[in-house]
Amino acid sequence: MSVVNSSQTERRIVFLILLVAVALPLIFPIGWKTGVTNYTKMVWELVESTPDSSVVIFSFDYDPSTMTELQPMAEAMLDHAFSRHQKVLVTALWPQGMQMADQAIKVVKAYHPDITYGQDYVFMGYKVAGIVAIQAMGKDMEQVFPADQSGTKYKDIPMLREVKTLKDVAYVNSLSSGTPGIKEWVMAARDVYHTPVTGGTTAVSAPGLIPYVNSQKQLYGLLGGLKAASEYETLINRVGSATVKMDAQSVAHLLILLFIAAGNIKALRARKRRAS
Amino acid sequence: MKRNLPLFFAFFCGILVIVSEFIPHRPFSMLIDTLQNWFMIISGFAIILGQISLFQSNLSKIKQKESGWIFYLAGLLSFCLMLIVGLLWGTQETGGIFGHGLKLQASLGAKPFDYLFDFAYMPLSATMFSLLAFFIASAAYRAFIIRSFESNLLMITAVIVILGRTSFGGMLTAWVPESYKFWQLPNLSDFIMEFPNSAAQRAIMISAALGIIGSSLRIILGIERSYLGSDK
Repeated sequence: MSVVNSSQTERRIVFLILLVAVALPLIFPIGWKTGVTNYTKMVWELVESTPDSSVVIFSFDYDPSTMTELQPMAEAMLDHAFSRHQKVLVTALWPQGMQMADQAIKVVKAYHPDITYGQDYVFMGYKVAGIVAIQAMGKDMEQVFPADQSGTKYKDIPMLREVKTLKDVAYVNSLSSGTPGIKEWVMAARDVYHTPVTGGTTAVSAPGLIPYVNSQKQLYGLLGGLKAASEYETLINRVGSATVKMDAQSVAHLLILLFIAAGNIKALRARKRRAS
Repeated sequence: MKRNLPLFFAFFCGILVIVSEFIPHRPFSMLIDTLQNWFMIISGFAIILGQISLFQSNLSKIKQKESGWIFYLAGLLSFCLMLIVGLLWGTQETGGIFGHGLKLQASLGAKPFDYLFDFAYMPLSATMFSLLAFFIASAAYRAFIIRSFESNLLMITAVIVILGRTSFGGMLTAWVPESYKFWQLPNLSDFIMEFPNSAAQRAIMISAALGIIGSSLRIILGIERSYLGSDK
């Protein structure tokens, strides 16, 4: 019984220390600098090198559970795309994606008050059927998106007049935390219609997508987790939420390493005690 | 008939999709377009089916007062609340039965659905995911113990990747000269992710793809029938 109690107490101590360690850097930012990795640079270069007035797709394939990591990416990438005067078609393969998109646009509008709905961005809504919807976009965009969220017909949206299929889109940016998401965009948009695909995902999902960042450029770079979002903010000279949250994440990671070390010391002492 | 007809449809559609990949011309291209449209329509209806199923299963658990029925009740009430406010006043740019609810929007600052989404669902959902950090910290303390060569290797890799993914990791090895920059923690971490990790991920992907081909063929050929439900 005492062993169980001691284990419970240890757990609570671990939780409490972590809570304090995460909260403190959020209240008193440390300001640690983040170096930029190649994968983030590749994403930035794709957005940077895309000509002005190109139509691009931002697909919000996540829900609020992963917003801590993905929302800063969405805001930073939207900011960059609008600063390059790109026209953003906003869609979602996840039901709650459009709500996330709406929030991201609201934040970015503070930096770009001149952007107008229908001219610079458009909300085309949530699309069911995942990869099949993307395949259909490759044949006829209007069939997949007959109207935008407010009911305006596809052909009446000024920025989409020249966009008939996925081939007319400069790149697709999928911010995804699972299926359907980046993988489906790579398989259906990049591999079949050769539309460049880039994106961001949670740190925990990034290892599974890294094989797609290869010499064939199935994926143009990848933003993996909060660190990559913070790197992107560095590249566009913006101190956004990722940069602020990165201190807390760094401290939490360090603390987890300390916990691992403490756990090992404890196990070693127990082993020695048993041996003696 | 009840079993054979779905089996025939699965076989016919499956073969058609495979053939169209190799012959992307008429009539196959047209048939595939139609099938894609059907799939999107059916997927839309599947959402409604899912909601009905969710409602029924929760309701039966509440009626039978199963253990934790109060949580099912909370789930059901939340579901009904979101459904009702969404139907009455719509979400975002889409209006509902009562239009856009301009008076409500003026007092709440948003449509009722969006208000609940932003200030109830979103923080709750993000909190649930964030709780993982606490469990990971606790698990790391208790389970990440060096016991063998393999666990030692795993530990070293984990330490490099964890440190390499923090701002602190970069600062820790910033003193390493440019000619040895491979040994800087972020670069070491990138190396692990790019090569050993990618190799293992590719092996998993190829194995999974072969598995998917195998199970798809079993469904198309009618060997795997569990998707049809029970015989009763």
